[in-house]
Amino acid sequence: MIRVQNLIKVYGERRAVDGISFAIDEGEIVGFLGPNGAGKTTTLRILTCYMPATDGNATIGGYDVFTQSMQVRKIVGYLPESTPLDMHSRVREYLNFRGKIRGLDRTAREAAIRRVTELCWLGDFINRPINQLSKGMKQRVGLADALLHDPKVLILDEPTIGLDPTQIRETRNLIRELAKRHTVLLSSHILPEVEATCQRTIIIAAGKIVASGSPDELKERIRGGSRLIAEVSGPNSEIKQEIGKLDGVTGVEVHTDNGWHRLTIDTQRGRDPREDIFKLVKQRNWSLRELRLEVGSLEEFFVQITAQQMQEQRARKEVRA
Amino acid sequence: MIRNVLALTQRELQATFFSPVAYIVAAVFLVATGYLFMDGTLVPGGEASVRAMLQSMAWMMVFAVPLLTMRALSEEYATGTIESLMTAPVTDVEVVLGKFFGVLVFYVALLAATLVHVVLLFRYSAADFNVLAWGYLGMLLLGGLYVAVGLFASAMTRYQLLAALVGAGVLGAFTLLVDALAATQGGAWRNIFGYINILYRFEDFAKGMLDTRALVFFLSGTAFFLFLTVKVVESRRWR
Repeated sequence: MIRVQNLIKVYGERRAVDGISFAIDEGEIVGFLGPNGAGKTTTLRILTCYMPATDGNATIGGYDVFTQSMQVRKIVGYLPESTPLDMHSRVREYLNFRGKIRGLDRTAREAAIRRVTELCWLGDFINRPINQLSKGMKQRVGLADALLHDPKVLILDEPTIGLDPTQIRETRNLIRELAKRHTVLLSSHILPEVEATCQRTIIIAAGKIVASGSPDELKERIRGGSRLIAEVSGPNSEIKQEIGKLDGVTGVEVHTDNGWHRLTIDTQRGRDPREDIFKLVKQRNWSLRELRLEVGSLEEFFVQITAQQMQEQRARKEVRA
Repeated sequence: MIRNVLALTQRELQATFFSPVAYIVAAVFLVATGYLFMDGTLVPGGEASVRAMLQSMAWMMVFAVPLLTMRALSEEYATGTIESLMTAPVTDVEVVLGKFFGVLVFYVALLAATLVHVVLLFRYSAADFNVLAWGYLGMLLLGGLYVAVGLFASAMTRYQLLAALVGAGVLGAFTLLVDALAATQGGAWRNIFGYINILYRFEDFAKGMLDTRALVFFLSGTAFFLFLTVKVVESRRWR
């Protein structure tokens, strides 16, 4: 449904988007994750035909976002980051105007407004002036606008930013519900957000894709470099030496506290020597009170790879300077 | 195309009526026009013509119209609504035309309000109907050009005040400034300054004449500034 190939956007000297490629199939719900300034909004703005790319190309529903912009706009519903709305009109008037410029005739408009009013719970304030609405209500009006023409593709830029926890939960449920009928691409800089709503995550940092996959796949990738934690009592030097010799163990660190040795064991990618450790402890007649695999969280992974990316970028800049 | 322009015109008109600036501009303009009419035309022995009134209206609009057009695009940039507008299936040309007609309708309403004086004029004198008709047609054409210039200024910045100043500056250059320059120059320069002076071109209409050159001047000037506005709106996205 969405195909992006080697997209580049340069603002003056800065490369905001630096050769991004990805594809999203019909009916997928994909999260675009990255720290602030990573190039998320720029990418979404190119996809929604708000600004042209410097290089590369992108299609939505088979239409090129640059040369067939009008066709793309007809099948895309877009919620921009700050949810800009016309402050001088009432909710119904605004939706009516938005329906008109999307080519809906009077009956289609009325039906569409009824549908989105129900979907986004606008019933209580459909006749209120927009400038009197709270941030959460405005967000819902923005979403209602994006859904008005029943678009094939929904592009949501930070859809839950600035909302309170209840509203965040409601919005997430709504987005999951919408994903049954629409292809959804949403951006966020908050990981649990994406983890909670999306089937697939694309992580970008400094304008580049650094990882992509389902939350489980991403977790799987981190497990490769995991560590074991063990608490053992026995002769200190012997423990460190013996465990260090086990197959698949690359390093052991020991902290001693009150007769117990807390071991932090680094292992080779994909190896899990827990059984061997247990057998060794049993054979030597040491005591064991904890043995566990420490799985890095997606959060940690995210911080790690984005920090890495930022560092590389800084290094490149220094070289150039 | 036409349906989109109509929808945009309606929205623009609504936004204009929503802003206090439009009411203030309208009030000041109508009070000033009324005063000039009472003081200059509606006096014993005064000339039974709207000419003087129209001419003073024409230069007051140099400052009034940029105040009406300043929010047209600047506000969209400042509040970010330009993003939801330009990602909807409307073209840049439709957006600019919608805004143009939106402000123009308000301008026409303002003009219509001055017809009160005309009614008085016909009640108390034998005024010439031709002068009146061509004069108001001239005001409409002049309004089109002013609004186009104002929109062009508004397309360039997100700051409304700056848009108003630039708009009034450009209009001032083509009216008051060229007038002053023409007075200091002779020969060819004087003719050139005279030709591009919007108020000179308007004078024919105020006298009750329809000069095709003036007609072409206003229509092509309007089209030219609308074209520039579309280009500015387009180019902002390339940055």
